[in-house]
Amino acid sequence: MNKKLLSAPFLFWSALFIIIPLCMVFYYGLTDQTGAFTLENIKAIATPEHSKALWEAIKLSVISTVICFFLAYPLAMILTGMSTSKNSLIVLIFILPMWMNFLLRTMAWQTLLEKTGVINGILSALHLPALKIINTPSAIVLGMVYNFLPFMVLPIYNVLVKIDPNVVNAARDLGANSVQTFLKITLPLSVPGIISGITMVFVPALTTFVISKILGGSKVLLIGNVIEQEFTQTGNWHLGSGLSIVLMLFIIFNMVISAVTDKDGEANAL
Amino acid sequence: MMRNIAKKIYILLILFFLYAPIVTLIVLSFNKSKTRSKWGGFTVKWYGSLFENEAIMQALWNTLLIAFLSAAFATIIGTIACVSMQGMKKHFRTICLGITNIPMLNAEIVTGISLMLLFISLGIKFGFLTILMAHITFNIPYVILSILPRMKQLNPSTYEAALDLGASHIQAFFKVVFPDLLPGILSGFLMAFTMSLDDFIITHFTKGPGIDTLSTKIYTEVKKGIKPEMYALSSLIFVSVLILLLLVNYTPKKKKN
Amino acid sequence: MKKLLALLLCGCLSIAALTGCGNSSSKENVVYVYNWGEYLDPETLELFEQETGIKVIYDEFETNEIMYPKVEAGSSAYDVICPSDYMVNKMIENDLLQEINYDHIPNAKANIGADYYRTARDFDPDNKYCIPYCWGTVGILYNKTMVDEPVTSWSILWDEKYAGEILMQDSVRDAFMVALMMKGYSCNTLDEKELREATDLLIAQKPLVQAYVIDQVRDKMIGGEAALGVIYSGEAIFTQRENPDLEYVIPEEGSNVWIDGWVIPKNAPNVENAEKFINFMCRDDIALMNFEYITYSTPNVAAQALIEDEEIRNSKIAFPDLSQYDNLEAFKYLGTEGDALYNKLWKEAMSN
Repeated sequence: MNKKLLSAPFLFWSALFIIIPLCMVFYYGLTDQTGAFTLENIKAIATPEHSKALWEAIKLSVISTVICFFLAYPLAMILTGMSTSKNSLIVLIFILPMWMNFLLRTMAWQTLLEKTGVINGILSALHLPALKIINTPSAIVLGMVYNFLPFMVLPIYNVLVKIDPNVVNAARDLGANSVQTFLKITLPLSVPGIISGITMVFVPALTTFVISKILGGSKVLLIGNVIEQEFTQTGNWHLGSGLSIVLMLFIIFNMVISAVTDKDGEANAL
Repeated sequence: MMRNIAKKIYILLILFFLYAPIVTLIVLSFNKSKTRSKWGGFTVKWYGSLFENEAIMQALWNTLLIAFLSAAFATIIGTIACVSMQGMKKHFRTICLGITNIPMLNAEIVTGISLMLLFISLGIKFGFLTILMAHITFNIPYVILSILPRMKQLNPSTYEAALDLGASHIQAFFKVVFPDLLPGILSGFLMAFTMSLDDFIITHFTKGPGIDTLSTKIYTEVKKGIKPEMYALSSLIFVSVLILLLLVNYTPKKKKN
Repeated sequence: MKKLLALLLCGCLSIAALTGCGNSSSKENVVYVYNWGEYLDPETLELFEQETGIKVIYDEFETNEIMYPKVEAGSSAYDVICPSDYMVNKMIENDLLQEINYDHIPNAKANIGADYYRTARDFDPDNKYCIPYCWGTVGILYNKTMVDEPVTSWSILWDEKYAGEILMQDSVRDAFMVALMMKGYSCNTLDEKELREATDLLIAQKPLVQAYVIDQVRDKMIGGEAALGVIYSGEAIFTQRENPDLEYVIPEEGSNVWIDGWVIPKNAPNVENAEKFINFMCRDDIALMNFEYITYSTPNVAAQALIEDEEIRNSKIAFPDLSQYDNLEAFKYLGTEGDALYNKLWKEAMSN
C-alpha cells in the first residue's frame, strides 16, 4: 500500500478548501476595485488608525496570553497530580463551557459586569465600591482570558501528564529541591505544550472582534474589528483582505520564531 | 494538608470563573421578563415554548447534524493524513503541517470569507453542504493536532511485527495502530464536534437561505434581544451533557484491570 | 483502505441524499425571502403559506452590507429582499433590482401612505423599485430619572455632565449623522471640511461615551445602564413599555428618517410569488400583526387605523407627522469613494 496515496484525500481537501481560498484572499488583497495590481491595501496598515488598531490588539492579546499562562500552568500541574481515573472528566470539564454558545457566554459576562449588573449588585449590597471595568480594555482582557483559557490548560496538561514521574523522582533523589526540579525538569519538558497553548490563545485573541464589541463597547478599535468592518460594513473587500494578509504574515512570523526556539518541532501537542 | 486545601481552592476559583456566566445564563432562562437586564420573576414557560418553536428546533437539529458529520469526516480525513504523514520525508511533512495550521492561524473571518469566495466562484449553492464543507475544513487541524502526538509515541516495529506475522496492511492498521491511536482520535473527534458546535463566524459566511444553526440564529436574535427560549435551550444542552458526563464517569468501570 | 473508502462513500451519499431533499424544493411553489433578523411576525409567514400554498424559504441578515455581496454574487437567488434606503439606492445604481409591477400588488398602492412614497423618492426617484415596509426616525432616548433638563438638541450628547452615561450608535452613517446634523449639515454630505468638523466632534465625544453599540442600546437603557442613548424610534416604543422612565425625542436640529422596503432582485426565480408575498405583507391586518410584533412604525396607513391601543395609534414616536418636520433627511448611497471617505474618518475617530 502506497503511503503517498493515503495522503491524497487530505492533500486534495487542503488544496481545495485551504490553499485556493487563501489565494483568493491574496488576489483581493493585492488588487483594487478595478482589478489592477496594487500594494495600497497592504501599505494601509501603516496609516495611524490601522497601526494603532494592530498595536492595541497585540497589547491586549499579549496581556491575555500571559494571564492565561499564569492561571493555566499551576492548574495543569494540580490536575496532573490528581488520580488518573479522573483524567477524562477533568479534560471534559474544561471543554464543557464551550457547549454553551460563545455569543451567549460573552453576553452573560456583560450581564455580570455591567454598571447595574450582577457583580455590582452584590458589591453594593456588601457596601463595597462598584466595579467599573465594563467597556474598558480590562473587560476585553477578561473576555479573552475567559474564552481562551481552556486552550492554554489542555495542551500544558497533556504534556505534563506524559512526563515520566521517574524523571522527577530521580531529580529529587539526586538532591534537587522542588523549585530546582521544577525549573530544571518539569518546565523544560513542558515547553512544547506551553508553545502550543500560547499559539492557541494568542492567535484567536489577536483576531477577535466579537469580544471587543460586546465587552469593550467598541471603544477600543482592534485590528479584528477593522477587518470585520471592511467586510461587513463598508464592503471594501480589497482593503479587508489586504489587512488580513498583514495580520497573517504577522502571525506566521511569530510562529517561525517559536518554531526556531522549539527545535524538536513538538509544538503541536494538543 | 495546607497545600491540598490551597490547591482545591485554586481549582474551585478557576471553575467559578469558567462557570459563572453559565450559571447566569441558566438563571436568565427562568426570567419572566424578555429583556436580559430586568428580573421579572420566576417562570418555566420558556422551556415549554422552546419545544413549540419550530425554527429553534430546526436550528438545533442542523447544528447537531453538521457538528456530527463534520467531526466524523474531519476525523476520517485527519486520521488518514496522520498515518500517511509518518511515511513522508521531513520537509514535506513540515509543509503538510504548515497547511494544516493555516485555518487555525487565520482570523476566522478570513477563513469564512475566503471559503465564501470559493463557493461563489465554484457556483455551489449556499446551504447545508457549504456549511458542512467549511466545518470539515476547520475541524481537520484539531483532529490532526490531537492524533499526531500519539502517532509519535507509536512504536513502528509493532506494525512491522504484525506484517511479519502475516497480517495485511489493513489488518495491521486496525489491529495494531488503530487501538493505540484511538484515544487521540476520540479526543480529536470531540474537539472537532465542540468547535463546530460553537462556530459562528465561518457558518455565517457560508450559509444559505433558509438554513440556520444555533449560532447564526442567536446572532440574528441579538438585533431584537435574545429570546429567552435560547437561554432555556442552552441550559438544557448544558445540563444534559453534564449529566451524561457524570453518568459515564461514575458508572462502575468493568474494563478496568 | 477499502473499508475507509466505503465509509467515505457512504458518507458522501448520505449527504447527497440529505441536501438533495433540500434542493428539490426549488422546483416547487416557493418564494425566497431575505429579511432583517426578527423583522416580521413568524405567524404571518404561516398564514401566507396556508392561504397561497406557496412555501416561504426565509433567511435573515444583520446588516445591509452583509446582504449585498450575497445578492450581487447571485449564488443564492432571492425573490424578495428588504434592504434599507441607501442600499436600495445602491442596488438600483448597480442594476440589481427589477421594476415592480404595481398592478400585481394592489395593496401597495391602496394601503401605503403617500407621504412615505414621497420620502422614498429620495433614494428611489420614481418609486419604481421599492415598497416601504418599515420606517422610523433616529433620536435620543433618555432616562427621566437621570436627566432633569429638557432634551432638545443633539448637543446634550457632548455635555460633560453625562460623561460615561451616553450610548452612541456603532455604525458609520448613524454616528456621523448625529455630528453632522448638530452642525446643521446634511447627513449625506461629501464636503471634506464639514466631515472634518464632524470627525473632530466625534473624537471629542469619545471620552464621554460609555459604549458604542447598535441593538444593545435597548437592553442597556431598559436596565438603567445609561442616561442617554441614540436609538431608532421603533425601539423606543418597546423600551418605554418595559421602562416607563424612558422618553424619546427627535432633536430640533433634525435627524435621519429611514425606510426599509421590499424589493425584487433582477435574478429572482419566482417573481410572481414575490409579488404575492409583498401584496400579502401590505395587507392591513398582516401589517398590523407585524407592527405589533416588531414595534417599528409601519407606513401602512390602513394598518395604523386598525391599531386598538389609542395611545400607540396616536403616538408621536411611532407616527410623527412627517409634514411637521422639514429637517428629516434619508440616507443616500454615497458611492464607493464616499463610503471609503466616511469609513476612513470613522476609523480615525474610533482609534483615537
